[in-house]
Amino acid sequence: MENKALNKVGLIFEKISPKEVLEKAYKMTSAEIIQAMLDSGLKGRGGAGFPTGLKWKYTAAEKEPEKYIVCNADEGEPGTFKDREILDRVSLKVYGGMAIAGKAIGAKSGIVYLRGEYRYLLPKLLIELNEFHKMIREMGYDFNIEFRMGSGAYICGEESALFESIEGKRGEPRNKPPYPTVAGVFSKPTSINNVETLVTAMMIINHGPEKFSQYGTKDSRGSKVFSVSGDTPTPGIFELELGMTVQQFVNEFGDGDTKAVQVGGASGFCVPRKKFAETIIGFEGVPTGGSMKLFNSSRSMYNVLHNYLDFFAEESCGQCTPCRVGCQQLLKGIEKVKKGEVKSTYLNELTKLADTMKIAAKCGLGQSVGNAFKSIVGNFREEIIY
Amino acid sequence: MYQVGNLVKELSAKHGNTRESLMPILQDIVLKHNYLTDEAMVEVAKELDVSAAEVYGTASFYTFLDTQARGKYVIRVCKTITCSMKGKGDIVHTIEDILRIKVGETTADNQFTLLETNCIGWCHKAPAILINEMPYTELTPEKVTEIIKNYMQK
Repeated sequence: MENKALNKVGLIFEKISPKEVLEKAYKMTSAEIIQAMLDSGLKGRGGAGFPTGLKWKYTAAEKEPEKYIVCNADEGEPGTFKDREILDRVSLKVYGGMAIAGKAIGAKSGIVYLRGEYRYLLPKLLIELNEFHKMIREMGYDFNIEFRMGSGAYICGEESALFESIEGKRGEPRNKPPYPTVAGVFSKPTSINNVETLVTAMMIINHGPEKFSQYGTKDSRGSKVFSVSGDTPTPGIFELELGMTVQQFVNEFGDGDTKAVQVGGASGFCVPRKKFAETIIGFEGVPTGGSMKLFNSSRSMYNVLHNYLDFFAEESCGQCTPCRVGCQQLLKGIEKVKKGEVKSTYLNELTKLADTMKIAAKCGLGQSVGNAFKSIVGNFREEIIY
Repeated sequence: MYQVGNLVKELSAKHGNTRESLMPILQDIVLKHNYLTDEAMVEVAKELDVSAAEVYGTASFYTFLDTQARGKYVIRVCKTITCSMKGKGDIVHTIEDILRIKVGETTADNQFTLLETNCIGWCHKAPAILINEMPYTELTPEKVTEIIKNYMQK
């Protein structure tokens, strides 16, 4: 498998003139913008990794005159904080990315859904949004963005739950299909993109798709912003080329005693030391929305798993039984094993439950609880038992 | 308890009176009063012409739309993995000692409520808390003591 060295990149926070990039984009046709995204190989930066060009293409193909661009700034995955930093430092690029997406799909309205935990940023973001609206009107174009706030629900990062929330309802995921590209917010065709994806789109228009696709590997093109935390001497956010191994990452960010890295947050995968060298960070190995948490040998993986399951049990929306009951039972289950109230083979039963959740849960939350559960129990079984 | 007065009318003038205005209206009431009373939710239901159960159903889904009485300053301590690893326990105990309340409780003078919350996006500067909407990061028992004492003098 193709593997790249650890390489720090500076495209997301690079100083550019948003106006110049927008002028460039407005000279392109909708089809040309979409083709540039497809050529770049950009996949969504929120974690799920759907190709951005395809999402825009499908939304553009809808005949409905009223369409929306929604910027998903409900960054709730444990260990992820890059979108806050991006909004704080380069919000004009986020708004610009939304306008470019708007041009591509034929939408005049954009909504930024910002998590309630980041409300302190709102006054500053609104001042910058004002500047943006002024700029785009001076250029003679029509694209309007408004902010909607979340109120402390992790599940609202799931696209259809986010739409429900904007519509003033409980943030419970919808059945799919229809997909957002057909019926999203207010049942209109919607392209919902992560904050970083929109900034990356801006950068692709600025430099051309080749500049982006020269980075990364076949399945994981480009660079992305990583949120690094846990047992590391250098926590923070770093834009890195995709395609490095966990070992290369640990060599740069570890504290010399790293025993595991949780890639992709609570819904992601735990990579133990013995698999560092063979595991690529990207869609061919362990995918990530950017969350990278390092654990050294002083940490108990039981506590780590307990913390994640407690998180899921609280954040499950409760709508579907596999997730609502499954999260609680996994949590209670590992507690029982730890206390010795049941045989250690009970972990096998719990693993079957995690597999069932993957198949039967309605949305990405319930489907991904098994990722952390199975990779931690699978690699650190003894720490869970005793 | 607080009196809603004209607040709901003012907010519906600002945000509109359709179903999609519900979240912004509830959020603004919470910004002002820190929680939703039954009376406030009934007023909102009347204003938007939906049932009070719909309003309560939505409000009770969201952690930050509290339907229980809260103090003037709501302290939310992040309890997710990195903050827990980096000393969240000591932060909680320090605040409990200063305010003489436990997690989930409100001080007798209704000034402070202490809660735990899930990841607030400051893992690289753990441990972190929110006081109303303001984040405070890289906390130590000394630092959080100073912060809470400053709020006590407000």
